[in-house]
Amino acid sequence: MSEKQTGTGFMGWIDARFPLTKMYEEHLSKYYAPKNFNFWYFFGSLALLVLVIQIVTGIFLTMHYKPDGEMAFASVEYIMRDVDWGWLIRYLHSTGASAFFIVVYLHMFRALIYGSYQKPRELIWIFGMFIFLALMAEGFMGYLLPWGQMSYWGAQVIISLFGAIPVVGDELTLWIRGDFVISDATLNRFFALHVIAVPLVLLMLVVMHIIALHEVGSNNPDGVEIKKNKDENGIPLDGIPFHPYYTVKDIVGTVVFLILFSVVVFFMPEMGGYFLEHANFVPANQFKTPEHIAPVWYFTPFYAILRAIPDKLMGVIAMFAAIGVLFFMPWIDRGKVRSIRYRSGAFRLLIVILVVSFIGLGYLGALPATETRTMFARLFSVGYFGFFVGLWWISKNENTRPVPERVQ
Amino acid sequence: MKQVLIIVAGLLLPAIGWSAGGGHTYPDDKIEIDWNDKASMQRGARTFVNYCLSCHAAAYSRFNRVGHDLGISDEMVRDNLIFTTDVNGDKTKVGALMKTTMTPQYAEQAFGIVPPDLALVARSRGVNWLYNYLRGFYVDDSREGLGVNNGVFANVGMPHVLAELQGLQVPKYETMVDSHGNEQEIIAGFELLKAGSMTKSEYDQTIYDLVAFLDYLAEPYKQTRKNVGTGVIIFLFVFLILAYLLKKEYWKDVH
Repeated sequence: MSEKQTGTGFMGWIDARFPLTKMYEEHLSKYYAPKNFNFWYFFGSLALLVLVIQIVTGIFLTMHYKPDGEMAFASVEYIMRDVDWGWLIRYLHSTGASAFFIVVYLHMFRALIYGSYQKPRELIWIFGMFIFLALMAEGFMGYLLPWGQMSYWGAQVIISLFGAIPVVGDELTLWIRGDFVISDATLNRFFALHVIAVPLVLLMLVVMHIIALHEVGSNNPDGVEIKKNKDENGIPLDGIPFHPYYTVKDIVGTVVFLILFSVVVFFMPEMGGYFLEHANFVPANQFKTPEHIAPVWYFTPFYAILRAIPDKLMGVIAMFAAIGVLFFMPWIDRGKVRSIRYRSGAFRLLIVILVVSFIGLGYLGALPATETRTMFARLFSVGYFGFFVGLWWISKNENTRPVPERVQ
Repeated sequence: MKQVLIIVAGLLLPAIGWSAGGGHTYPDDKIEIDWNDKASMQRGARTFVNYCLSCHAAAYSRFNRVGHDLGISDEMVRDNLIFTTDVNGDKTKVGALMKTTMTPQYAEQAFGIVPPDLALVARSRGVNWLYNYLRGFYVDDSREGLGVNNGVFANVGMPHVLAELQGLQVPKYETMVDSHGNEQEIIAGFELLKAGSMTKSEYDQTIYDLVAFLDYLAEPYKQTRKNVGTGVIIFLFVFLILAYLLKKEYWKDVH
């Protein structure tokens, strides 16, 4: 207590009542991060940036959007044409949705190759996985709101998946939709969930994710625990204060990201039909099924797994298992060495298999199924799940290289 | 990491050959829309309001916005682009949305389907599709009431409203063997049966103008978007240099 009152002036007054300086020091100026962060470590701060972009643009979209089956589609076009800078706000939001997934997938990949989910960071990983889940719910519900053909039929396909659950399936889909088909009732509740419920959960999870991270400290590309080597003041020898070092570094990352983001927003907002699907420029019509229904690209890997399995219920189970299995990464990986730099060739091979399978599935999930494609989708599904089985298998007695004492 | 990426790229290469082959359509030409050619878009607007707007709406767009963007004064918009009246029987206002006067019920009776709104058709179908579709009508007596079919959109419910300009054409067929070894009759060309008021090249130009207008109509702010984007990206590059120098300065003492 006595320490708190040593501050004088305005900050002293605040600090006696609210731990502002303490928080600033704990999370920024005296949060010691390893000095060897590389390219892969930009994506955490970028995810936070995209979250802010989505919230701010979302607020402005909400001012003009009408969550009504009769008016939703027209209100989006009203935003695009009649609202000042409305096209920009909308494209920022639609591009931001895809950017969010790109950034988060890369962020998760970073954790996989450097073992950032391993002890003692299991909870960071699990909170992160919940963020990923919430993000998928957010993206899915948000995609219904423009009320185009692909919004409508995409949601129809995904919601009907719940119908595969035995006994309660039909009741459950009815409960989700609030109607026998996707309708105004569905649109209204998805709007409520998209703008209030899920963002609240997301924000809370992001805070928990960061608090957990700052409690145990960041991992790094060498997978070395920097807290093991401290100087006489208790500061890690290989640590540097997050602010100013990583704030100025992240500004560079942020600007590079914003350049790429702007190229899409201003020059290719549809991204060839992947970020904004062509069929979504036709208003939702419950009597007219589009020739080819594809979910937005960030769901296609999981959608491909679903389609690869002939039985609907098994397909649904496999699809959810593909996401669910990630939660158990900290225990599937029984290895003691974190970073890919010092792990075995088998581990590297598994990572390659995972990446190829995931991208392959994503590619196939966006296309109509044919015999050849289904065969490849099965192969990639085996590859995807094979990664986890293989990792569990090899990590028990892995032939790793010696890990250095300090970061390189 | 580099090796990993190279392996990934190599493994994905075969995937490129998989892209789906659709059914055969004719004509199958490609166009580039010139956004600087406002005169072309103005001509397209004239064709649009004269031939399309009575059945199709463009209800997300406003008359005076079109006028403003294409350099047509409100006066001229009122005199040349607006032929409808509002509920009070007064001439439709220049600030009004480009709606059709046809009720959906009537449209359904007449065509079996409500003609789609065209404000976004260039984004849902693409300009090449439109350019080919509008040049793809041919005589088909089996189609009762319409007398025409379309080489791009088979059995479409739309009559050939531009027949007075294009004239009427009949298809020339060719036999093609598809990838499964099945023989297929496909359209390989058209022959003029009855001339319209335009030559082929005049008609093609008219359709190009119309499609250019539809492309504009689908995203009226497209040019603004690109102009703003150029400025934003230039700004960001300058910012990037400063941000990088700042980072370098701070990181001098990290070893």
